[in-house]
Amino acid sequence: MANVPDNLHYSKDHEWLRVEGDTAVIGITDHAQEQLGDVVYVELPREGEEFIAHDSFGSVESVKAVSEIFTPIAGKISETNDSLNDEPEKVNKDPYGDGWMIKMKMTNPGEVDSMLTAAEYEDFTKAEE
Amino acid sequence: MLAEIGVASTEKLFDSIPENLRLHGHLNVPAAMSELELLNRFEEMGTRNQAAQRTSFLGGGAYSHYSPTIVDHLISRSEFFTAYTPYQPEISQGTLQAIFEFQTLVCQLTGMDIANASMYDGSTAMAEAVLMAERVTRRRKVIVSSAVHPQYLEVAHTYVQHAGIELQTADIDPASGQTPASAFDAIDDQTAAIVIQSPNFFGCLEDIAALADKAHEAGALLVVTVTEAMSFGLLKSPGACGADIVVAEGQSFGVPLSYGGPYVGLFATRDKYARQIPGRLVGEAYDQQGRRGFVLTLATREQHIRREKATSNICTNEGLIALCATIYLETMGRHGIQDVAKQCAQKAHYAAREIGKISGCSLPYSGPFFNEFVVRASTEAVPLLDKLAREKGIDGGIALSRFDANRPNDFLVCVTETNTRAQIDGLVEGLRALTR
Repeated sequence: MANVPDNLHYSKDHEWLRVEGDTAVIGITDHAQEQLGDVVYVELPREGEEFIAHDSFGSVESVKAVSEIFTPIAGKISETNDSLNDEPEKVNKDPYGDGWMIKMKMTNPGEVDSMLTAAEYEDFTKAEE
Repeated sequence: MLAEIGVASTEKLFDSIPENLRLHGHLNVPAAMSELELLNRFEEMGTRNQAAQRTSFLGGGAYSHYSPTIVDHLISRSEFFTAYTPYQPEISQGTLQAIFEFQTLVCQLTGMDIANASMYDGSTAMAEAVLMAERVTRRRKVIVSSAVHPQYLEVAHTYVQHAGIELQTADIDPASGQTPASAFDAIDDQTAAIVIQSPNFFGCLEDIAALADKAHEAGALLVVTVTEAMSFGLLKSPGACGADIVVAEGQSFGVPLSYGGPYVGLFATRDKYARQIPGRLVGEAYDQQGRRGFVLTLATREQHIRREKATSNICTNEGLIALCATIYLETMGRHGIQDVAKQCAQKAHYAAREIGKISGCSLPYSGPFFNEFVVRASTEAVPLLDKLAREKGIDGGIALSRFDANRPNDFLVCVTETNTRAQIDGLVEGLRALTR
């Protein structure tokens, strides 16, 4: 059973988002990393790059597939988790903690409200199966 | 078979072609010959190939080096000659291992960390390096030395013209024949790379280290192109001088001239750019029992895995030619390559010195060279070289007017280990007689 923490926001593209002041921390969900298999590489954007909601900001490569990752909201990258270059397995082991991918300064914090709650995301993944 | 498909005759298969469009009578093709007649015919045609009978001092991107007979002998083995793409590692370990060795040799020669399974040739390898520099730096301007082979420059233009990359040129110093760092002063924070060739098209060695610094100061990459791969046997590697991407033409390593191809492009770079490299990559892996094997790797760079995000649209390599080069290098060995390179340099410097003594000839560039140099004659180069070929049986060089109409009297001379002292003296005497 995949882990779906209550205090986070979710997207239908299987990303999670945590609000920290005016910054959003984003990664992929436990369900996503389970589906992908062992992650071997994470392609991240550069600091300062700007995205609008639903833009692809990078990709996750596992032994089985490559998937693009999308930002649920608009923002400007303030930090990226560069440790994933050497330790991509963090995404599998701790997707909501050490496996975080990017931090963004939110352009429009209101966009977070249109994301899914933990319960809604859980229902969504069950329906997908 | 006709009976099987219920058709009366072969003619009936063409029923859909209107009668008035059909060929009536026979094609204008000569009658078949016996094997003996055919061999005689080809022998007679072969005697008309006078270029093969002349002494060659031609370089300019394709070089006359000796290829030991073992090269042709080994590549002709059907396991190598007929093998195609090693997509199934289970049955392609031989091919994959050979390519892995090739990649390793390229890294050793260029002084870089990682090399791909080869590109089509030196010119396309250089063009791909330009595209890679844009991907890595996300900048759109590239400054290329005007001493890069003119045909390589043309190929680069072809590759970038619809890719939104702007190519600028940097001029050489007319006295030294080298491209000074100051020629790249237009470099700024929108420049992805500086591209140079060393030894350059005029034979002169560039100051790679200084240009590496110039590029890095502006956050750009340095791409070094090498057309005469034998120079790796004598000169400090571009990697050791600070290059970020090294590309080369591998034809000098046991690959026949073959009227222009097939040749093989070498492509090498630093580990950190591994995911931006174009072309195939063979990697070393271990199976469940811990046995070593080889596979194609980092395939997500390639277009059959990810169409829009592929690093290039090349989905092949010059397998057989790369194998040629690999066998040549492993046969000659480290010392053999150094020896060949030394001979090239020594013979070329002897030739240059003697030609310089001719009153009707001069050497316009003061920069150091490996095995190619420009000669300036007192008369036009094209008729001079033509006379040298017809009257003395010597192809003395490449007239530069072919590439630049403002240089009617200049020609490029190349000397390799295959040229004997007698041949060089013959060239000198020929030039002396014809420029009196």
